[in-house]
Amino acid sequence: MKKLMTGAAIALAMMTGGAIAGDYPERPVLMMVSYGAGGATDFQARIVTMTAGNDDALGMPIAIINKPGAGGRVGWNWFATQAENDGYTLAAYNIPHFIAQSIKGGVSYSADSFEPIANWGADPAVFVVANDSPFQSMGDVVAYAKANTGKLTFSGAGLFVGHHIAALQIEKAAGVKMAYIPTKGGGAAAMKAVIAGDVMGGVNNLSDAFRAREAGNVRILGVADLQRSDFLPDVPTMAEQGLDVDNSSVNFRGIMVPKGTPQEIIDQLAATVPAMFANSRVAKKMKAGGSPMHIMTRNEVLAMWAAREETLKKLLAGL
Amino acid sequence: MEFIYYFGNVFQPMSFLLLLVGTIGGLILGATPGLSPTMAVALLIPFTFHLEAAQGLILLGAAYTSTVAGGAVSAILLKIPGAPANIATTLDGHTMAKKGKGARALQLSFLASAVGGVFGVLLLIFLTPVLAKWALAFGPSHLFWLAIIGVTIIGSLDSASVVKGLLSGCIGLWLATIGFDDIMGAQRFIFHPALGGGINIIAALIGLFAIPQVLSMFAEGRKDANVEVIEVEKSSLANAIRELFSHTRALSIGTVTGSVIGLIPGVGGQIAGLVAYDQSRKFSPEREKFGTGHSEGVIAAESANNAMVGPSLVPLLTLSIPGSPTAAVLLGGLLIHGIFPGTDLFDNHPDVAWTFINSMLIGQILMCMFGLYIAGLAARVAQVPKSIMAAIVLGLAVFGSYSVQSSMGDVYVMATLGIMMYFLERFGFSAAPLVLGLILGPIAEANFIQGSMIANATDGMGAYFLGGNMNIFLIAIVVASIGYSVGMELRERTRNSTGGEAS
Repeated sequence: MKKLMTGAAIALAMMTGGAIAGDYPERPVLMMVSYGAGGATDFQARIVTMTAGNDDALGMPIAIINKPGAGGRVGWNWFATQAENDGYTLAAYNIPHFIAQSIKGGVSYSADSFEPIANWGADPAVFVVANDSPFQSMGDVVAYAKANTGKLTFSGAGLFVGHHIAALQIEKAAGVKMAYIPTKGGGAAAMKAVIAGDVMGGVNNLSDAFRAREAGNVRILGVADLQRSDFLPDVPTMAEQGLDVDNSSVNFRGIMVPKGTPQEIIDQLAATVPAMFANSRVAKKMKAGGSPMHIMTRNEVLAMWAAREETLKKLLAGL
Repeated sequence: MEFIYYFGNVFQPMSFLLLLVGTIGGLILGATPGLSPTMAVALLIPFTFHLEAAQGLILLGAAYTSTVAGGAVSAILLKIPGAPANIATTLDGHTMAKKGKGARALQLSFLASAVGGVFGVLLLIFLTPVLAKWALAFGPSHLFWLAIIGVTIIGSLDSASVVKGLLSGCIGLWLATIGFDDIMGAQRFIFHPALGGGINIIAALIGLFAIPQVLSMFAEGRKDANVEVIEVEKSSLANAIRELFSHTRALSIGTVTGSVIGLIPGVGGQIAGLVAYDQSRKFSPEREKFGTGHSEGVIAAESANNAMVGPSLVPLLTLSIPGSPTAAVLLGGLLIHGIFPGTDLFDNHPDVAWTFINSMLIGQILMCMFGLYIAGLAARVAQVPKSIMAAIVLGLAVFGSYSVQSSMGDVYVMATLGIMMYFLERFGFSAAPLVLGLILGPIAEANFIQGSMIANATDGMGAYFLGGNMNIFLIAIVVASIGYSVGMELRERTRNSTGGEAS
């Protein structure tokens, strides 16, 4: 009976899905970005999809549509509930954001609502202070926080995003209480607060912090990742400075499709998209913009999503 | 004076062609309802992938300057503000167009835009380092008080009655709370998935301003006897220039207010026009003419919103912090070529930096020339029969609100707010204070929450929000602004009552 079912399924797939897989994609593909035009995710999404029309990639261009709002919730809600699962609507994902939001609740998606295709980038969180700050290392920050419980103000782009996760991990690892100040307006607003001296420090994206350091405005004290970044070989990781912080807060960006998309299309995309990301023109533009690339295949992303969900559930349990 | 050396680059054939394309395209995009400057610039980013850095930025810079000015076209002719920056332009501009003075209103708006815009870019050229410090001086407590200053002008904005103005401001403040709260992620008043992201400001603008007039046009269209053909007065350019410079007070208040407010990250662009409009009315001897098609209103609003363009780029170019959504998109245009704003830009790529800034200067002048050229033609829109006009505006309204984020939800929001406003207008409420509430609500709220979190961790609320020279200065403005409104109201009341006794 089971065999019969499988046989029927295969036959069905050959009749319908086979035809789809052969022709897919026959028209341009949409990709939804749940942040505004000009933001880091949007900017990178436009670069990594710019060669989609080439014959060795999809052979059809990918058009970006933005559905910003509520830290990405609006776009991902739309994608989980309203997007067509025919392979012509893709979306960009941000880990840990959407998983953390789904754990916190109040949204109509979870990691099970989506099927990852491939990962293109990984932007670790870093700890920044203004150039005139007395803090020279994470050690100084922790020492101050120990002496002044709850008085060390530091900014980040909202609650339940990578910055907030990094902040929670730093506090937990050092056993201190600090004052995390979420800003409205993303990483840029959080960075402005650091440079202007509104707060004493901040968690921010490595790419943005790297640029701000080039502009001579901030010092970067530590990277919340497993190893040092190629962009910042001189900046030690949190672990090197004695803080037990892993890569849970690293902002992974990639492409996903809604659950229920035909398996052939998922397989076809999973086979071609990583190669599309690896295009040398894409790599050059990403490097020029200071955006770290990190290409992962579908299976690697599936494992990463599962691992994140587990760590985040533990970390956010007390909130 | 370094910038002068790079003027040549702007006039190279390819660069100048891009400048022309950006300016004309920007005017058209800006005049299309729903296409805000931010979106227009974002749409052009992919084209810059294939251009040199300086050329790409010329295209983006030209598009930015001219979309801001282009928004005045739909604001004046159709009463649909293209972006929050153009709200104040509708107040007098559209009334002028209804009286057949559309050509004059357009000419004045483009001339005022050019004067304000050139001043703003000159500030950017000469005072950037000073301005950068000033832009950073505004912390959460100062931005909170700034938003409160905005709230104090709500009552006096375009309303016969202060109470009704305040009431519609409150409706706007309430509407602003709908959706996921950006800081805490709490859900507020979300009765429908379309409201999850809150009320989109562009969709709200289109609904609140355009739909009530569509409805009244349809209502009147049934009676054929009512057909009135508006005579469109020709307006000579020389007279328009003369009129512009006879209102130097409005022009300078608009330009200065726009430049100063435009500089403040996260606040500037949206309220510059409204604050300038309100200020020039308070200082004008012909105060009561505002709102009835008075040219000073158009001049103040439009000079302010273009003056804001240059200073709004200061935080981006010097500190690498985008101070407005449009600046964030421009940052993308720089990064794509591997150029980091900040010292890197001015030290290692001075040609890119100065060519970009110069192109905005030339762009302002080109924008003014093309704007003046089309003003006379465009003003004939007022002659289109009302029934046809209503259908066109309705079509544009639906198209515009959908295009903001490709969402039907925004169209429903637009329609609902529009129908609500139609009935509110019957009772003497007006859209401008409501929109100002909608804009100021999130600014005041987010900064209050952030400020109170910082305050609780440091010196405490009192010291944080009330201490310091800047806070005291801003609070003084709040008090003065309220005092002025109360004073005016009382004086009017005594005048009315004594007049009543005499008669």
